[in-house]
This record gives sequence, C-alpha cells and structure tokens, in this order.
Amino acid sequence: MRSFPRFAAALLYVAAAVLCAASVVRADGLTGPPGASSTANEEDFLVTNNHPGHEGGQIVVALRSEPKTLNPVLATDISSRDVIRCLTADLIHINRGTLKTEPSLAESWKLSPDGRVYTLKLRRGVRFSDGQPFTADDVVFSFHVYLDPKVNAPQRDLLIVGGKPIGVEKIDEDTVRFTLAEPYAAAERLFDSVAMLPRHLLENEYNAGKFDQVWPLTTTPAQFAGLGPFRLKEYVPGVRIVLERNPYYWKEDRAGTRLPYLDRVVFLFVDSEDAQVIRFQSGDTDVLSRFNAEDFRVLQQTAATRHYRLYDLGPGLEFNFLFFNLNDLSSRGLPEIAAKQAWFRDVRFRQAVSAAVDREAIVRLVYGGRATPIWGPVTPGDKLWTDDKIPHPARSLDSARQLLKSAGFSWNGAGALIDPHGKPVEFSILTTSSNVQRSKIATLIQDDLSQLGMNVHVVPLEFRAVVDRLLNTHNYEAAVMGLANGDTDPNPEMNVWLSSGSTHLWHPGQQKPATAWEAEIDRLMEQQLVTMNYAKRKELYDRVQEILYRQMPLICLVSPDVLAGAKDNVADFHPAILDPYALWNVEQLYVR
Amino acid sequence: MKRRRKLWITLGFLAAFHLAVLFAGFFAPYNFATQNREFPFAPPTRVHFVDAQGNFRLRPFVYGLQNDSSALSGFTTDFGRVYPIHFLASGARYEVAGIFSSSLHLFEVDSPGRIFLLGSDGYGRDQLSRFLYGGQLSLLAGLLAAALSVGIGIAIGALAGFYGGWIDDVLMRGAELFLALPWLYLLLAVRSALPLHVSEWQVFLLLICAIGLIGWSRPGRLIRGAVLSAKERNFVVAARGFGASNLFLLRRHVLPQTYGIILTQLALLAPQYILAEVTLTFLGLGVGEPMPSWGSLFAPLQQYAVLVSDWWMFIPAVILVPVFLAYYSAADTLQERLKSVAL
Repeated sequence: MRSFPRFAAALLYVAAAVLCAASVVRADGLTGPPGASSTANEEDFLVTNNHPGHEGGQIVVALRSEPKTLNPVLATDISSRDVIRCLTADLIHINRGTLKTEPSLAESWKLSPDGRVYTLKLRRGVRFSDGQPFTADDVVFSFHVYLDPKVNAPQRDLLIVGGKPIGVEKIDEDTVRFTLAEPYAAAERLFDSVAMLPRHLLENEYNAGKFDQVWPLTTTPAQFAGLGPFRLKEYVPGVRIVLERNPYYWKEDRAGTRLPYLDRVVFLFVDSEDAQVIRFQSGDTDVLSRFNAEDFRVLQQTAATRHYRLYDLGPGLEFNFLFFNLNDLSSRGLPEIAAKQAWFRDVRFRQAVSAAVDREAIVRLVYGGRATPIWGPVTPGDKLWTDDKIPHPARSLDSARQLLKSAGFSWNGAGALIDPHGKPVEFSILTTSSNVQRSKIATLIQDDLSQLGMNVHVVPLEFRAVVDRLLNTHNYEAAVMGLANGDTDPNPEMNVWLSSGSTHLWHPGQQKPATAWEAEIDRLMEQQLVTMNYAKRKELYDRVQEILYRQMPLICLVSPDVLAGAKDNVADFHPAILDPYALWNVEQLYVR
Repeated sequence: MKRRRKLWITLGFLAAFHLAVLFAGFFAPYNFATQNREFPFAPPTRVHFVDAQGNFRLRPFVYGLQNDSSALSGFTTDFGRVYPIHFLASGARYEVAGIFSSSLHLFEVDSPGRIFLLGSDGYGRDQLSRFLYGGQLSLLAGLLAAALSVGIGIAIGALAGFYGGWIDDVLMRGAELFLALPWLYLLLAVRSALPLHVSEWQVFLLLICAIGLIGWSRPGRLIRGAVLSAKERNFVVAARGFGASNLFLLRRHVLPQTYGIILTQLALLAPQYILAEVTLTFLGLGVGEPMPSWGSLFAPLQQYAVLVSDWWMFIPAVILVPVFLAYYSAADTLQERLKSVAL
C-alpha cells in the first residue's frame, strides 16, 4: 500500500493555473489591487497571450468527492488537488497546452553548465491572496516543508535527486538557488505543482510539529492565503466549496485586465461519475472531465439542444495493460502460482498472449472507438517520447500458436492447451470490480485466449484488495491494470521501469535485477536521467521501449481518449491531455 | 373454488418458468458465452411474417443486422438478407443439469444471421440465452439460501420460543449479534481467505451459505414469537395435560401454527436473496465471467449510459416482476389453505 500514494504523487504531479503559449514579462507601474497600499512595490505582472475576455460570472464544476484537505503539501486525492490548483501557484509551470515549461512565480531561471545548479529569479511585487508579499523566504520555507521527512509529503520522493534532497538557498530577496546532487534531465519540470506556501501563516504551526493539521477543509478564508487565481470563500460540508477571485493575482491579459476573469468557481460534491454526467447534461455544471466513452455517446445526443460542446482529445497518457506475476515467490508459500510462473516467465508465452488479444475489439466494445490500440507503454498522446519504430502487428492466432508450439506447448483432443509437462494451461486475471472498463477488457481477453485453448478466469475484486495482492502479497497470477504517466517526460516513470521501483508492477522492489533485460532497462533509465540533450535521451528511452516490446512484461492494450465537455458559453476552454484535463487555465476562462 | 383455480394458474406459471430455466440450453438459441463482437448492445431482433414485398410467409423470419455508426442504436436492418427461423433445429451443444447433452434448440437462424429476442449485451452476447442460463444459478441459490435461513430460523426460533428461560436468552442474544455484525467486512475477509479463482460450484455453495447464514435471525425471531403465543393456546396446554412430550407438542401442535409465517418468509426472502448476489459479485464472491447470473445481468443497469440508451437491458428485470409476484401469490394462497385445514 505504501507505494501507491507514491505512484499517485507521480500521477498527480501536475497543477493548474497557467496560460497559453509564450508569455511576455512586463514590469510597469500599474495601480495596485483594491486595498493594496499605494506605496506597494511595483508589480511584475505575467502578461498572458490569450484573447482578452471580460470579467464577471462564475463556473460550476462537480468533484467526485469532498476534498480531504486544503493542505497542498499533503493532498493526494484528485478532488483536493483540483481545488488546491485554483488556490496556489508554483515557481515553474508546465503549460498544459504546449506541454513545455514556462515561467510562473519565477520569471526566469538559469542552469549552471554542469547541470546541477538552478538559479531562479522570482517575480517582484507578488502578493499572497491576503495581501502579504511573497519573497524568497517563502520559497525556502516551502521547500523546507516539502523535503521534511517528518511531514512526509507525497512529492518528497520526486524532489530527491541522486539520493539527496534538493538544496535550497536564498541569494537575495528575489533570487533562490537550487542545488542538485547530480545532473537531472528536465529538472525544471520538477517545480511544476510544488505550491508555494505563505511562511507568515504557517511557520508557527510547522515549528510546533503540527503541519499535518494545517489547512483542513474547515479552514476559514482568513486563515488561508495562496498565490493562485482564486481564494477561499465558503465551504458547506457535504455540498460545495466556493472560491472567489484573488484580487492580488499576478497575471494580466494583453488589454491590461488583471486575471482571473471569473468572480467565482463553485465546486459541487457529486459522488458518482453517472451523477456528474447527469448534472452536466441538465446544465447544473459548466465543465466536465474524467468520464467514459459510453457517457460521451449519451451526451452527444443532446449536445446541440442543451448547449454544450464535447471534446475528444485523442489518446491521453493513460495506458491499460495485462501482465503476469513474475515475482520471486520462493518464500511466499504460493506453490500453485509459482508452478504457473514457468509459463509466465517464458517470453514466447507472453508474446503469444499479446498476439492473440484483439485490441481492436477492446477499442470498439469497451471504449466505443474512443481509444487507440497500443503495443508499448508510451502512448501516441505523448508525441515527444513515443517510439514510432514499435511495430503494430495485427491480431494473429496463427503466430500465437506458432510461438506456443516453439515453447513446447501442445493441444489435447478437446483443444485445451497443454504445457510441456502435460499440465493444462489455466490461470486467472485479476481486475478491479469498480472499474467497468478494465473488467470488460479482462472478459474480452478471456474469450480471446480461450481460442488458444487457455482456460482463463476473470476475478474482479475490490480496489484495495487488488492493490494489496499486486504490491504486497503477490498472490495473483495475471492482472489487467492501467497507469497514467504523470508528465510527458520519462522521469516520473522511473518508479515503474526501474527493477527496484515500487510500481515495477510485475516484480516490484527487486534487490538486484532478476533478468538481463531488466538490468539493461535500469542502465538505460539511469543514463537518460543524467543526459541533458533531448535527442540523446529520446534514443535511450526508445531503447527502453523496444526492450519492453520484445520482452512484454506488460502486454500493452489500449490508451483511452481524454474526453471533456463545457457549456457553449464558457470561453477559452482548452482541455489538455495532462492532468488537470479541464481547469488548467481557469484564470483565463470567462463566461460569454 | 376460485381460490383453488388461482393457485393452479400461479403454480402452472411458476412450473413453466422453472422448466424453461432448467432446460435453458433447449430454449436458448445460443451459448451464454458466445460473443458476437460486431453486435454489441444490439436492440431486440424483430420477428417478421410479412416480407418487404408484402408477401405473407408461414415461416417467421428475421432480417440481417448491419453496423451503422450514423444510426442512433449503431445498427440498421439489412432488408436484403432474410434468415428464416428454424424450429427444433440443431445448434451449439449444451448439457441439462449435467445429466444429458443435446444440440437440439427450440429455434435457430442460420449464420451469419443472428436472433437476439431480448437484444444483446456489451459483448454481443444474447440476453435471452444469458437470462435463461443465469436463472439456473440464481433461482436455485436464491431458493436454497432462503430455505437454509428459514430452516435455521425455525430450529432456533422454535427452541427459543418453546423452552424459554436461559435457552431463549442465549439464542436471541445470538440472533441480535448476527443482526449487528458488519457483514461487508466479514465477507471481504472471507474473500481474501479463498483462493483466487473460485469454481462455479464453490461459488454456488458460498452464495447459499453466506446469504443463508447471514439471514436467519429475522425469520428466527418471527418464528419464536409465533411459537411463544402458540404454546399458550388451550389445546396445546390440554395436550400437555394429557402427557404429550415436548417433541410431540412441537411437531404436532406448535409448528403447524407457524407455517403461514414460514411460507411468507420464504416467498419474501427468495427474491431478496437473488438480488443480494449483485453485492456479493461486487466483492468478488459471485460467479465470474462469462457465467451469467441474474445479479450479473442486472449489474450494467447501474450505468447511466446503459440506462438511457439500451432499454432492452431492462427486460430481464421486468420479466422477474410477474415471477416474484407469482411466488407471493402462491405463498399467500397456500397460507390461506393451511389455515383453513388447521382450524
């Protein structure tokens, strides 16, 4: 269990509150925000490149559950993070539209020639939503909190480079230096979503060792201050959380209007995907994301009459796959599974399964065509990193039979597949019962493999039971799961591909690589981590993808499309394939 | 006389329904696991007697089905392809109760034609076939589980009510404990103790035991109440005065007075238990794919998309309404009859 939050951190390691395309930094003497004293430092605005909108109005968004906390350091659930993204800001941000890094609270940064020292220049005159100035001390304080092992922040793992925490020091009021123990490719992406905290509000509690009690959901607006486009206004337990415009926000549009445009963002708590779809369809909410293709089909029918638009952004970063238990079970007391591992460990067996699976049928029957078949883990949505040389072989039962035959399998009179020792091939596929799509995928695979004479059972279990079996007890034979890359970069995936990684699903947490090809992947991944040049990194990551394709530890199946919807009157809505899919540019949204 | 006719009609209907479920292989045109991947969520196939030229045909027929993404349902009818329905034709092999196997089906159409009288599910599997096969497990498990929980309820309720005193206290506190236990967590624990793959027979026994053992306390308390009042009645007291033994009294005089409660409980619990399987399936205690059960047939109805666009997925649920009504009605009539016999 311990490792799932860690994975979740990688998955969620992304935030909102940004702008489109390139931004121009302008330092002019604009009048301060309402309530700010006239003697305030001049504000160093970030000028966005969007088409200027107009102020006023609100949007209503549904959250799957009530957020657990407003503490940006400790939040792990999607709902909390969606709200916190509107309330906070980071130093360097990944633009969800371009997928490239861009200045945020840091207006510029320099990398030392050895690739280890980042010097960040902070935007001047920035204020928290309570009017207090934001300085280098806040930055140092924030990173101190994130890196404190006692706080146990989920992002901490990612801020440890080469086994050592990132060093943070203040040079002057608006310059901060970050020192890495080793060169780290694309390290500026690490700053994304690391929310800056107000030292003046939180230092006392942190020093008292009570940081885990900071900013619960019951926080009053006066106790909260952030650097995001919105600030806390009201929380009604079980019903909604309302954010209002942050009058001190540090971005403006070309016309000189301070962002955000919206007066309010209202998050309603709607506890099921179906209910969210119904609320959106009936016009109760303005924006919808994270819903499945079946609901997309239903929503399409009333899009014109109910005045909303739907977006199919094509494959995202999520990939679904089948994998076999390759763990060392010698000390686990699971002799039956251990006996079947003779099949699972044979690469020809895995390749035969891959050849027999009808990926097109999964795309059609499970996702209504709104998905893409894949043969490797880097989805076509990740255009920078996907390896075009990975073949896309069509489904072939013949080649599957050839592979099985060459591995010593045969068929008995009734058509059942028999292994070299005369044992019929029978195994079970674990799925999560709450995930309809994955259960359906497993049922289709069951039918596909029965055509090879394999007797496959589908075992849907409750989510936590599945995670426990996959990562802790290793009491399973095969499983259908999905992962979503946290970023369009190989680095957040280290935990999945390194043999020592805690989400190296087929055999997590190895002391030393169990196979030569896993050792090779380890080497390539470590190497790309310290390679600064994109083309060279791509070459290394391509080789990882090719090894994964040949060895098939994960039999990659499909990548679902990212789907979103918004009312016709929500302007400048540009959903992205990177989390948060819909509200990443919330400060630029306006109501027509 | 009227009541008697009603009873016979109800029992006849129930018998016909149960026979159809028992001989699912004969009445179902397809195997429950056969996927037609080109026809997911196909609406019910219409049976025609009059063809496109307006000619009447004695042999009913169906038209071919075509994928068409522009149509609302995703399919259009291909009027150029006609598939006559063959009765008592041979098709896929099946077994009846594991005793004999056959390939004779009530009706069939020639491949590549398809006949989905109740539509198809998300994998293109025939819903009618799945409904009939699913009933084999669900009906039997539901009835046996109801019988088990009522059986335990009778034993414990009768003991507690008849003997009273400390026996009553111990048994009824036990029943309350059963009512208060957090069953969901216990079932999760049971699931993790079981092997990964549980065979159909094991699931069947598990369903009966889990549901039956959890459910006995309510009928048990009811029966205790009935026994408590029955044992004080004058003729029971008189029989005791004539030297009747406890066991004789229970069997001859007390329990017959609780038959009404037992029957109504059975009729009430059976449908409840059939639906309880949906929950158990979610916890991984139900039958696995591709084996159908009524629980797994109803599960897709929880999805909004299925609810609003695939109306035929409701048909199995709708069919069960008269079946359960027939159960209630039969229990009701039987109870009346027993009452008139007893008095």
